[in-house]
Amino acid sequence: MKSTVKRLVSATAAAALSLGIAAGAQAASHSETFKIGVVTFLSGGAAESFGVPAWNGGKLLIDMLNKGELPAPYDQKGFGGLMIEAIEIDEAGGATKQVQEFRNLVQREKVDAVLGYVSSGDCLAVPPVAEELKAFLVLYDCGTPRVFEEGSYNYVFRTAAHAAMDNISLAKYMTSRGIKVGSFAGVNQDYAWGHDSWADFVASMGILMPDAKASTALFPKIFAGQYGTEISAVMREKPDLLHSSLWGGDLQAFMLQATARGIHKRMQVALAAGDHVIPQLGQKMPDGIILGARGMNGLAAHAKGGELVDLLWDRYKAEYGVFPVQAPFRMWQGLLGVKAAVEKAMKANGGKKPTAEQMAAAMKGLTWEAPSGTITMALGNGHQAIQPNAIGTTKWDEAKGEMTLVDVEYYAAECVNPPDGVKAVDWIKAGFPGAKCD
Amino acid sequence: MKAFSDIRVASLLALALLVAGGFALPEWALFLMTIGLAKALVSLGIVVQMRAGLVSFGQGLFFCIGAYVAGLMANFAGLTDIFVLTGIAVIACLAVGGLFGPLLANYRGIFFAMLSLSLSMILYGVLSKMNSLGGTDGLNVAAPTFAGYAPEGRALSLSLYLYTSFIVVAIGAVLRTGFDSQHGLVSLAVRSNELRVEYLGASVRRTNAINYVISAMLGGIGGVITGLAIGHVDPEYAYWTTSGEFVFVAILAGYLSIPAVFVASIILELVRSFSNLYFPNTWQMVLGVFLLVIILTLPNGLGSLFHRKREGGS
Repeated sequence: MKSTVKRLVSATAAAALSLGIAAGAQAASHSETFKIGVVTFLSGGAAESFGVPAWNGGKLLIDMLNKGELPAPYDQKGFGGLMIEAIEIDEAGGATKQVQEFRNLVQREKVDAVLGYVSSGDCLAVPPVAEELKAFLVLYDCGTPRVFEEGSYNYVFRTAAHAAMDNISLAKYMTSRGIKVGSFAGVNQDYAWGHDSWADFVASMGILMPDAKASTALFPKIFAGQYGTEISAVMREKPDLLHSSLWGGDLQAFMLQATARGIHKRMQVALAAGDHVIPQLGQKMPDGIILGARGMNGLAAHAKGGELVDLLWDRYKAEYGVFPVQAPFRMWQGLLGVKAAVEKAMKANGGKKPTAEQMAAAMKGLTWEAPSGTITMALGNGHQAIQPNAIGTTKWDEAKGEMTLVDVEYYAAECVNPPDGVKAVDWIKAGFPGAKCD
Repeated sequence: MKAFSDIRVASLLALALLVAGGFALPEWALFLMTIGLAKALVSLGIVVQMRAGLVSFGQGLFFCIGAYVAGLMANFAGLTDIFVLTGIAVIACLAVGGLFGPLLANYRGIFFAMLSLSLSMILYGVLSKMNSLGGTDGLNVAAPTFAGYAPEGRALSLSLYLYTSFIVVAIGAVLRTGFDSQHGLVSLAVRSNELRVEYLGASVRRTNAINYVISAMLGGIGGVITGLAIGHVDPEYAYWTTSGEFVFVAILAGYLSIPAVFVASIILELVRSFSNLYFPNTWQMVLGVFLLVIILTLPNGLGSLFHRKREGGS
């Protein structure tokens, strides 16, 4: 008779107990450190290519910053003297989980900033929450132009250029290297990234090489793994150029299957974001593949060199046994951007730990030097970065036993990114008005 | 009569506790509770079917419909009132559930599970292809209003939490009554012996169809609340891993007790949240071990802890 009430009481007791344990488990440290939540893929399809190398690079850089091992202007320890304390969170699990975890980072762990997000779905879902909680959020990796083209935020920044740049640069490379393209085909994944990449590339080619004809556009499922049909279809079509924005395991599988059938000998292969599979593929990545790295990252940055690049390159290689691909470079440019913003804000407020408002004010329109070149918060009303890009061609260095990038073309940030207030697609279709190329 | 007042007392007690919790808990916990309770509603839908021996692997379908009702109405019709949105979601899920319920009621076991799963994956596929709705990236949802009241910050979290609490308690009470009603008892009988139920003159098919429609509506309500609380909807809501998570909670709770479903859901959210924080590289394993331990130690779910199975069920 009273059993329902009894049951309910014990149920509530169980719930209260678990909540109590949870609350008790909270760490109560809040001294003069700078707490930063870092969210990236530690498991799932994007972990091997993006999340893990990025976080490896992040750990390394945070450690070096805390020890004050970087050259000027980054020689101050930590962020403006505040030791950096990172809390890492796995990005796997979808946007719903990421919104929850973001709230937990801000409201429970009381982080001072959150740096993260590779998936464009997460990059669209989290910013409104950051805005609501007035929390300083830096998107470091994702490519979708929708974030600042559809929304406007005070506390949200993206320290990496959006994806339009990758495909504009790729098309420009064809013209500047004088590669003859009568027709071109595409193999891109069937989701927003793949469709956007192909659309940007087709539009860019339409302006730069109006005579080139877009032939087959194939959209295999993401994480398909088997590309036999697509490869057959493309080989039958015999285009001069094959465009692909595949990434991660998909790209590895595609390259292994396609090169076994000699696709790279019959047509020019161009990969919009292809550098990150080189450590895994090694020599199985054939010579003569044109590839980009979503910025002047990885091999392209190494080819150019510089104090910051060489230092981080060598340290990364010594620590992890592989060279840093694009992902750690984007992590580095994000972390150094936060460092620059925090230190600028501290200069303005008299050396105190800055609030989210002060950091946001400092980061708006900021320019800083990263291993991947000069980053400028030029778009989205000072919230979206533009950065220089580089495209090159693979060449295996027999003597050193490693992959190198030759015939590298560098593109200034203003050359391959639209001006503020113009949507990337519209800018391409209008013929790149106002582009500043050297 | 006694049973009725018993439920009433329990409901009022539960509501009082939840409301008190709303004012005592920190904001992150409020949010976690809101999501936990909202998702528990979806799992409760599975429990309704589990009582008749069926496990749906496609509750994501209705969860997603509910969430997209909130997202689309907010984006394209400017509707943000949570009461109206919940109503529309219930009607939409009633329609879809009513369409597929009688069809699925013919299937049992793995066939039912796979068919329900395929329906939700069809929705996933369709939404992923619809670039006008944001494709795989989904779309953002504006914050809800409550009959003209448009709170912000903690007030918003609290309002959503209280709204969820009221709904959860009301649904819990209605379902408890339903479980003890003729239909609810027939469901249990279907679980133990279908043939006998048919011989006694009750329709197994009808029972299963009704249970499916009930669970559809529960899924829709859970979806609306989650979509509004998260502020973003994407096709992932209908993906099989999402549906799998609801089954996870249903198994964790068992079919014996309604409060157990809510407790299980909140515990799952807590375990996930803290394992994510403390074991960022192995949180999935922590979740898996947790489920294994529960299954091995409590084969009838958490519910069997505070609900001794009486003879004849209930």
